[in-house]
Amino acid sequence: MTTSLPRRTVLATGTAALLTSGLTIPARAAGVAPTLTMRGGANNYRPGAPIVDRIGGGGFLMTGTVLRAGDGAPIPNARIQMWAHTTEGHERDERSHGATLTDAQGRFQMDMPQIVPAFGQPHGHLAYDAEFDAGGFQTVFLRPIMSSASDTTLDVQFVLQQA
Amino acid sequence: MRGIIPWAALAIAIAAPLVAAGFSPLLQWREGIYIASGFAGIFGMTLLLLQPLLAAGDLPHLSPARARRVHRLTGTLLLMAVLTHVIGLWITSPPDVIDALTFTSPTPFSAWGVIAMWAVFAAALMAALRKRVALRPMTWRRAHVALALIIAVGTVIHVLLIEGTMETVTKYGLSALVLLAALRIAPRLRPRQR
Repeated sequence: MTTSLPRRTVLATGTAALLTSGLTIPARAAGVAPTLTMRGGANNYRPGAPIVDRIGGGGFLMTGTVLRAGDGAPIPNARIQMWAHTTEGHERDERSHGATLTDAQGRFQMDMPQIVPAFGQPHGHLAYDAEFDAGGFQTVFLRPIMSSASDTTLDVQFVLQQA
Repeated sequence: MRGIIPWAALAIAIAAPLVAAGFSPLLQWREGIYIASGFAGIFGMTLLLLQPLLAAGDLPHLSPARARRVHRLTGTLLLMAVLTHVIGLWITSPPDVIDALTFTSPTPFSAWGVIAMWAVFAAALMAALRKRVALRPMTWRRAHVALALIIAVGTVIHVLLIEGTMETVTKYGLSALVLLAALRIAPRLRPRQR
C-alpha cells in the first residue's frame, strides 16, 4: 500500500529539493576561490629564503593579502617569499630573494629594490610554500606582471586552500 | 655613386636598432651574458632584413653567385646568433628558457621566438643537406621560402610583444622592414615562379 501525496506537495518538495541542491552548492563554490599557481611562478625560487626586513636597498613596495579559500578569512603568520629581477640583481641571485610573515589581518609587505623588465616583462614572483609553513595550506607560486615598468608598488592576493 | 644609396640605407637599417639598444636603461641592471644574448637576438633579426634581399638578388654590385655565397654566410651568422641568444638566456635563467622551449611559458612571445628558432634550424639544415637530399629545386626553394616567412613573422611577433632593450622606433621600423623583405620573396611560394 502506498501513501498518495497530493500533486502540489510533490511539486513543492521537488522544487525545494532542486533549490537546495541546485542553488546552494554553486553559492558555496562562489565563496572566495583559491588562487591557482601561475605558469613560471616557481622559476628561480629559492626554497627557504630567509625572513628579512627588507630586500637590498628597497624603494619598491610589494604588498599583499593572504586569505583562506571559501570564507575569505585572513591567514596570519603565513610565510611568503618574493623575488624578482631588480636594479640590484637577477632573479636567481640569492640577494634578490626574501621572505616575510603576514600580520593578524593577513597582510604582508616587503620593501625591495625596483623591479625592472626581464625576460620580456616587468614581473615579480611570490611563493607560499607549504614546506616552509606550518599553516597547512597548499603551495602556490605567483608571477604577477606589473601594468607599467615605472610602477613602484605591486599588490598581490593569495587565496590558499587547506591541504 | 649609383648603388651606394641602397647599401647605405641597409647599413643604417641594420646599425640603428643595435646602436639604439645600446642606450637602453635596462642594460645597467643586466649581467654581461644577458646583455650579449639580447644583442645576439637583435643582430639575428637585422640579418632577416638582409637574407631575402640577398636571395632575391636585389642588392647592387653583387653578382648572383656572390649574393648566394653571402646569403649562405649570413645564414650561418643567423644560426650562430640564434644559438647565442638561446644559450645566453638559458645561462641567465634556465627555468624560463626550459618553459619557452617546452611551450609552457606564461609569456606568449617566447613561443613565437621558439617557433622562429626551429624554422631557422630547419632552413639551415635544408641548406646544409641541399646536395645530399634529392629534392627538386623548386620544392627545395618553396620549402626554404616557407621557412623564411615563418622566421620573419615569428620573429616580428616575438619582438613586438617583448618589453626589452630594443628602442621603440627602431623596433617597429626594423619589424616593418623585415616583413617587407619577407613579402619580397613570398611570391616564390607559388609553384610556377621563375
